[in-house]
Amino acid sequence: MSEPDTTALVSVTDLHTYYGKSHILDGVSLHVGHGEVAGNIRLEGRSITGVPPHRLAKMGIGYVPEDRRIFRLLTVMENLRTGLDREGVSDERKRALLDKVFTYFPRLAERRNQAGGTLSGGEQQMLAISRAMMLEPKIILLDEPTEGLMPRMVSQIREIIGVLHREGVAILLVEQNVPLTLAASRRVYIMEKGVVRHHCAASELDVNHAVIKQYLGV
Amino acid sequence: MDAVAQFLKDIPFDLILIQTVNGIVTGMILALVASGLTLIFGIMDVVNFAHGELFMLGAYVGVIVVATTGNFWLALVVSALTIAVLGAALQIVTLRPLIGRDPLNTILATFGISLILQNFALWEFGPVARRMPSPLTGHFILFYLDYPWYRLVVAALSAAIIGGFWLFLKYGKYGIWIRATTQDRVMAQAMGIPVPWVLTGVFALGAGMAAASGVLFAPLVGVDHTMGLDWVLKAFIVVVVGGMGSLGGSVVAAIFISLLEAYAAIWVNPSQAVIVSFVVLILTLLFRPTGLFATPK
Amino acid sequence: MTTRPLDKTMPLRKPVLSHTAKYWIGFAVVMALLIVAPLVLPVFWAKFLTEILIWGLLAMSSDILIGYTGMVSFGHSAFFGLGMYGAAAALLLVTPGNVWLAILFGLAGAAGAALFVAYFSTRLRDIYFAITTLIFSQIFYVIIFTWTKLTGGENGLLFTRPHLTFAWLYDARFTFTTLHWFVLAIVAGSYLILRRITQSPFGMVLQSIRENEARTRAIGFPVQRYKIVAVMLSGIFAGLAGVLYAVQNEFAAPNFVYFITSGDTVIFNVMGGIGTLVGPIVGAGFFQLLRELMSRLFGDQFPYLIPLGFIFIAMIIFLPQGLLGFARRWLNR
Repeated sequence: MSEPDTTALVSVTDLHTYYGKSHILDGVSLHVGHGEVAGNIRLEGRSITGVPPHRLAKMGIGYVPEDRRIFRLLTVMENLRTGLDREGVSDERKRALLDKVFTYFPRLAERRNQAGGTLSGGEQQMLAISRAMMLEPKIILLDEPTEGLMPRMVSQIREIIGVLHREGVAILLVEQNVPLTLAASRRVYIMEKGVVRHHCAASELDVNHAVIKQYLGV
Repeated sequence: MDAVAQFLKDIPFDLILIQTVNGIVTGMILALVASGLTLIFGIMDVVNFAHGELFMLGAYVGVIVVATTGNFWLALVVSALTIAVLGAALQIVTLRPLIGRDPLNTILATFGISLILQNFALWEFGPVARRMPSPLTGHFILFYLDYPWYRLVVAALSAAIIGGFWLFLKYGKYGIWIRATTQDRVMAQAMGIPVPWVLTGVFALGAGMAAASGVLFAPLVGVDHTMGLDWVLKAFIVVVVGGMGSLGGSVVAAIFISLLEAYAAIWVNPSQAVIVSFVVLILTLLFRPTGLFATPK
Repeated sequence: MTTRPLDKTMPLRKPVLSHTAKYWIGFAVVMALLIVAPLVLPVFWAKFLTEILIWGLLAMSSDILIGYTGMVSFGHSAFFGLGMYGAAAALLLVTPGNVWLAILFGLAGAAGAALFVAYFSTRLRDIYFAITTLIFSQIFYVIIFTWTKLTGGENGLLFTRPHLTFAWLYDARFTFTTLHWFVLAIVAGSYLILRRITQSPFGMVLQSIRENEARTRAIGFPVQRYKIVAVMLSGIFAGLAGVLYAVQNEFAAPNFVYFITSGDTVIFNVMGGIGTLVGPIVGAGFFQLLRELMSRLFGDQFPYLIPLGFIFIAMIIFLPQGLLGFARRWLNR
């Protein structure tokens, strides 16, 4: 474990993500000085720094960005197809994937021929996550999924994360919603201003823990 | 009443009908050229000044293939493929390094390419225009004229190519890739779509369409190194009037402008009839500057 | 970022020459060289230099739009052409031809064209503006080309060079030396005027439009009006270049109004460095020199534009700031 670099502009130290016994992200250590981009990111032991994004998707990294960013002018089916139409995937597997997603999210099945832009915020979130699932990724990067959603939707996001969990997909969740994060995660990292301030198992913390109060003032 | 009757008798209905047909024929070819242009702009945000030169080189390749094999349809295919490859090469070498920079750079780069291609054609083929024999020599009687079948075939083929392309965009896997890339390049990449190659492919497609238009048009006029210039200008007018990035808009605008010009040619000198397209442009800019069918971006 | 305490042992030193002094000395040196040139260079090169100055003026006028306001225009061939034809009109209608009248007519013609083009094209931005100016310059081309009775159509207009006159004090034919000095005086004067303008509050607003148009508008400036004035300013000096060309070559021809001339102008700008005013003049010179070099090395028929095109594209990719771009800040202070 390396010490955080206090003179660097951005410092992320020793980020580990696990699912079960699989060690997916291996010791991410970044020291970025002013104006420079540096550091090393590895996926299953292989360095992926500098690899173009479309290759990363093929290597098994799914991305669900802040504000969903589904393709508004494409239909729900077409959105899913952007991930589904890959090489080496048999038609049966494609159908199985679609069925799985439509079972989890029947609302998407109903709206399959509607343009993405006409869906509600929660439905777009479902679509964004389903779309990432079409890639059958090893890990999904979920960036602030509850942002801009009604409180009622938050429990739905909790369910969706559970779904991904059941599917065997690792998740790197970035969130500001403390209860959700604590309930859904195994390990948590608390970052403040680009520095990892604290990391531990989620079970060690609860909403009223001193650490939470210190950094998140909640 | 008599004056009205006389006026009606004076209107050259037969000429108008002939010009309608001519206008549609020219309009369809112009639509094909303009579609390639609007495609490249809509998807890549690149204003391709070299488009007219791709049209012109396509015509030359067609001339060469017809001269050696005598087969017009083979020429059409070979030309489209060759120029598509040329287009891909051009995009990779000159436009890829410019991605992310100010759009001015791509305008200038394509302008530079157009200079090179034009002068290359002049150097290689000389200033004398070449002729290409028409693949179909039949005529039918349109009023008092022997109207060539070939012209109708050209219009039909252009329509078919544009239509086929539209279907490809709407339903094919690659069509989805292209549309996704147009809407959100970053997320398209996040979904594994190889965006740099999509862009190259789009440019190649546009180039191929321009080349096909060149070959189709070649039997109607002489092929020389300047034939691209006038077409690219008109194509730009069509694209601006129709709405940049709108395929349907380009087609409608192309036919509309060509029809008006054809009618104007009844009364004025053809080289002055081009003023019509300018007037249409000015009016569009005054009342609907983004074009008649601009796509929301 | 940590701050180091001022080193007390570092002497405070003013530069020997202020920036202004250095600049004007540089200017004086260049001017001196240009003035002396026709006296020492062989005739061919002296005339060559004169022509570079004229193209340089055209390119400089375009820099106001491209470099300072951030608007790429392909319309300059129209302004240049109308300057040319305006001068032709003055020299053909009023005999004996008066060079000052030619300038007046030329500027009026160019200004009119600029106003017309500006009115429509400034409604649009960026690429649309560029395409629209291109189309407008073609409109002028077609009108000039087809209105044979007025403009001589394809053949253009021929006329004789007027005398150089200064009221009643001086009246004589131009020699290639005095013509060179005349052109030099006008080009240098234009440069100084344009420089003054770019450094004035007006010029500052133009530059802020280039940097961030939305914010400039948000602050309250009537951006479109500024753009129209910028186009007119640019057009007037382009027209002036047209007048000089007409006076030097004794003809006006429509092919200069074809949009290729606008394209060439933009090439000079990019090669020389936009936003510097002098850069475009250097770019024009560089282009013409390369052209001359190639025709000498490879013969007259050689399509010099092919290698030039390659050089141009390579410069866009690898040297986008142009030959003088590195000196941009220095030249604008």
